[in-house]
Amino acid sequence: MSSRRDFLKTSGALIVSFSAVRIAAPLEAAWQAPQTAGPYPDPDFRQLDAWIVVHQDNTATFYVGKTDCGQGTGTAFRQMMCDELDIAYDKTTCVMGSTDTTVDQGGSGGSDAIQTDGWPMRRVAAEARRVLLEMASTRFGVPVDALAVSAGVITVKADPAKRVTYGELIGGKQFHVALTGKDIDATTGRAAVKPVQDLKLVGQSPQRYDIPAKVDGSLTWAVDVKLPNMVHARNVKPPVAGAKLVSIDESSVRGLPGFVKVVSKGNYVAVVCEREEQVINAAKRLKVNWEKPAAAPFPASEDLFKYMRRATPTSSPTPTIIGKPDTAFDSAAKVIEAEYDVPFQGHTAFGPAHATADPSNGQMTVYSNDMKSYGMRNGIAAFLDMPRDRVRVIWMEGPQGYGRTAADDAGFEAAYLAKELGRPVRVQWMRNEETAWDTKAPAFACTLRGALDGDGNLVAFDYLARAADYNHVGYNEPDTVLIAQLMGTRRAKPAAGSASMPGEMYAIPNRRMAMQVVGLPLAWETPVRTGNLRDPNGPQATFASESFIDELAAAANADPVAFRLKLLTASTADDGGFKRARSIAVVKAAADAYGWDARPSPKPAGGGNILTGRGIAYAFRNQTVVAEIAEVEVNRTTGHVWVKRLVCAHDCGLVINPEALRHTIECGMLHGLSRALHEEVQFDAEKVTSVDWISSPTLSYADTPEKIDVVLVNGDPHPQRPDLPPYGAGETICKPMIAAVANAIFDATGVRLRRVPFRDARVLAALKAGARSSQHV
Amino acid sequence: MSTITLKVNGAAHTVDVEPMTPLLYVLRNDLGLRGPRFGCGLGQCGACTVIINGVATRSCVTPAGNVRNEVTTLEGIAINGKLHPLQQAWIDEQVPQCGFCQNGQIMTAKALLDRNPHPTDAQIREGMSRTLCRCMTYYRIQAAIKRVVKEVA
Repeated sequence: MSSRRDFLKTSGALIVSFSAVRIAAPLEAAWQAPQTAGPYPDPDFRQLDAWIVVHQDNTATFYVGKTDCGQGTGTAFRQMMCDELDIAYDKTTCVMGSTDTTVDQGGSGGSDAIQTDGWPMRRVAAEARRVLLEMASTRFGVPVDALAVSAGVITVKADPAKRVTYGELIGGKQFHVALTGKDIDATTGRAAVKPVQDLKLVGQSPQRYDIPAKVDGSLTWAVDVKLPNMVHARNVKPPVAGAKLVSIDESSVRGLPGFVKVVSKGNYVAVVCEREEQVINAAKRLKVNWEKPAAAPFPASEDLFKYMRRATPTSSPTPTIIGKPDTAFDSAAKVIEAEYDVPFQGHTAFGPAHATADPSNGQMTVYSNDMKSYGMRNGIAAFLDMPRDRVRVIWMEGPQGYGRTAADDAGFEAAYLAKELGRPVRVQWMRNEETAWDTKAPAFACTLRGALDGDGNLVAFDYLARAADYNHVGYNEPDTVLIAQLMGTRRAKPAAGSASMPGEMYAIPNRRMAMQVVGLPLAWETPVRTGNLRDPNGPQATFASESFIDELAAAANADPVAFRLKLLTASTADDGGFKRARSIAVVKAAADAYGWDARPSPKPAGGGNILTGRGIAYAFRNQTVVAEIAEVEVNRTTGHVWVKRLVCAHDCGLVINPEALRHTIECGMLHGLSRALHEEVQFDAEKVTSVDWISSPTLSYADTPEKIDVVLVNGDPHPQRPDLPPYGAGETICKPMIAAVANAIFDATGVRLRRVPFRDARVLAALKAGARSSQHV
Repeated sequence: MSTITLKVNGAAHTVDVEPMTPLLYVLRNDLGLRGPRFGCGLGQCGACTVIINGVATRSCVTPAGNVRNEVTTLEGIAINGKLHPLQQAWIDEQVPQCGFCQNGQIMTAKALLDRNPHPTDAQIREGMSRTLCRCMTYYRIQAAIKRVVKEVA
């Protein structure tokens, strides 16, 4: 297949924005290309040529400003664009995320790839089809509506012998068609997108194109980049949070093989050597004198929730109040109250942070798996005080994103060190650094109260969440990434952070929802630093709210599904996406798929060592609705919980690739399960002590459920309403899982777990305490 | 530095490194292989797994100077230019998400099935439980392994 660069050579048109990289096979990416002189101005999103190149062999390459963290969004983009362009799927490729060749659609984040960015992709592909049909109309001297198009071939309807391919019409040439739109999201040509009924590839499940190279070892990942004259760097982090660098004894490493340099500024320290194993050794041996901070940077993790409940909030917005909650509580037949605690949980990416930077020719090229490569480019340009158009980020595949690489430290470090050394530098964190110093999901301490009337109706609900989330790291900002913090380059005031309330649709007449943020004593240069982890506050808030709904159902002696459906059906008011109607459909679909046995929880106690139970939880995020059911086995001798079966009913509107979505749902639920059963960032009053996979356990194959059922509800239950557009599918999956597991454990044992994670020892202690207080077990 | 000769995927290579250098860095940086990857450097996650003498071996904690037998990596398990049945099953079941751990999953499964072509579910669970995946593709890994076990039945 010819490339965009070849085309430019032959056409003689010099469009610098397209000239930087030769893209042969997209998954091999651009790193094999020699460093070009630059600069690297932004591709112009108002030019059709920035999005689509049709080649002479009647294939096409799509250029999109997103990244794929492994959910198959690249495959979905191709499906949508092929449908609009009318070209066969296997005649196309998709290039993503490199700042000099693709327009800035922001990379990944917020589950918006299909929901938001899919629209301009569809519109530009439709526009390309329109332009090609007009060209054929001129060629054959017939009006456009006398033409038919299929798989990149245009024919005259009345005389099918008259045919021309897209490649024959435009291959090797540019469209030179201007687009309009106030911003990239609004990019459009004159053509309209097809009605959903005319989409053919959308709704099918072509296999993900990125998978073969991931199983045969042929993919070049960001970790694999090797450049001439490249050196390796490792960081030396403060041994205690908030420590100040006093001195470095460079003689401790100067004689080591391959030693190149120690680089330090402020409290940032890095060692550089010729070979990777040499720098790992040198970083371990470098003698650095640190001064501990006068005050403890944070309480020990075992004291965290006590601290959070006593702390003065850094922000305390006015609560949302509906109805008259105080009056309703005063006159209720039954009031219950409970506290729920979720600790800090890390991203703990499977591969530590890494990047390679090349300072050749006065430019800076960064090879990175940063899911927000465009933001990284802007951030690095500001951090190094370089013009934006002299910095580019080449996006390549890497380990699991989910927010960690949206605030990617290694790219900044590699670029800084490359500039200092004047040589290409590859940086990679070690496992202990990644686990201890990556960004964390905020810890939550929630207090809930609920009031039931004499008939078991929920009449009042009081939700208070406190999140430890002060100084939440932003997206690749030059004054919030860790290297900037350590160097003392920081903004005047930390980011405010935020808590979250459950996005419930339940018709509860009287409600109070309050969200507060608390900070830890050390705000900057701390390993307990918060960032966005896959639905940033959703799992924490939903654990509290959906566990508590279950507690209320039990207090009302009601079946947990019936109790929820009663609350969902008590109102008929709905929004533009018919979220309430779809919530009812989703909860019912999950219960049907599971074969839900309607009865109050807990289940009557069994006599054996293994207790079984099932729990449901429901949530939505924006317009995507999810209900999840977990079936558990609890070992009453060891406290071990095995989730034997999972069911998810999921409605994200129009589904582009059902199989890729099912896979994403399976994995998203298991990520939630890992957070439910295993994950917790632990620390003493000086440092994070979760530093590897022993001290920071994660879900393993041993935990795999026997069966996972996914039901794609994808449908407004009302047949008269129009088709739904696609909504962001991914992050909603993460919300309900912890609560579903907690509710299932309660069903099995009668013991309510209100503190995450449900590790064996905690469950066993709760079972024993439950037995002592003559509860169910 | 000293000279070490390694046989990898059928070919002999001589490299000049410290004998204590973990095999992983020699495979990746001297031989240019991309299957084994760094995940933890502690032998805990499995990203760096290669097969030596039939055993799934964590190359990040294996000194290159200690390796006497042939090393097989992900790049070396295809049979006569055709994907190994496990690799094909990984595609058929669409196992990977990000894919970074899948070298370890496939190589660990290969060593397991080479040793025991018909493992029970409990044996698969035991054999795979120390090879981690943070995208949590375990359910599909389970399906892919069972598919191969069924095929050789």
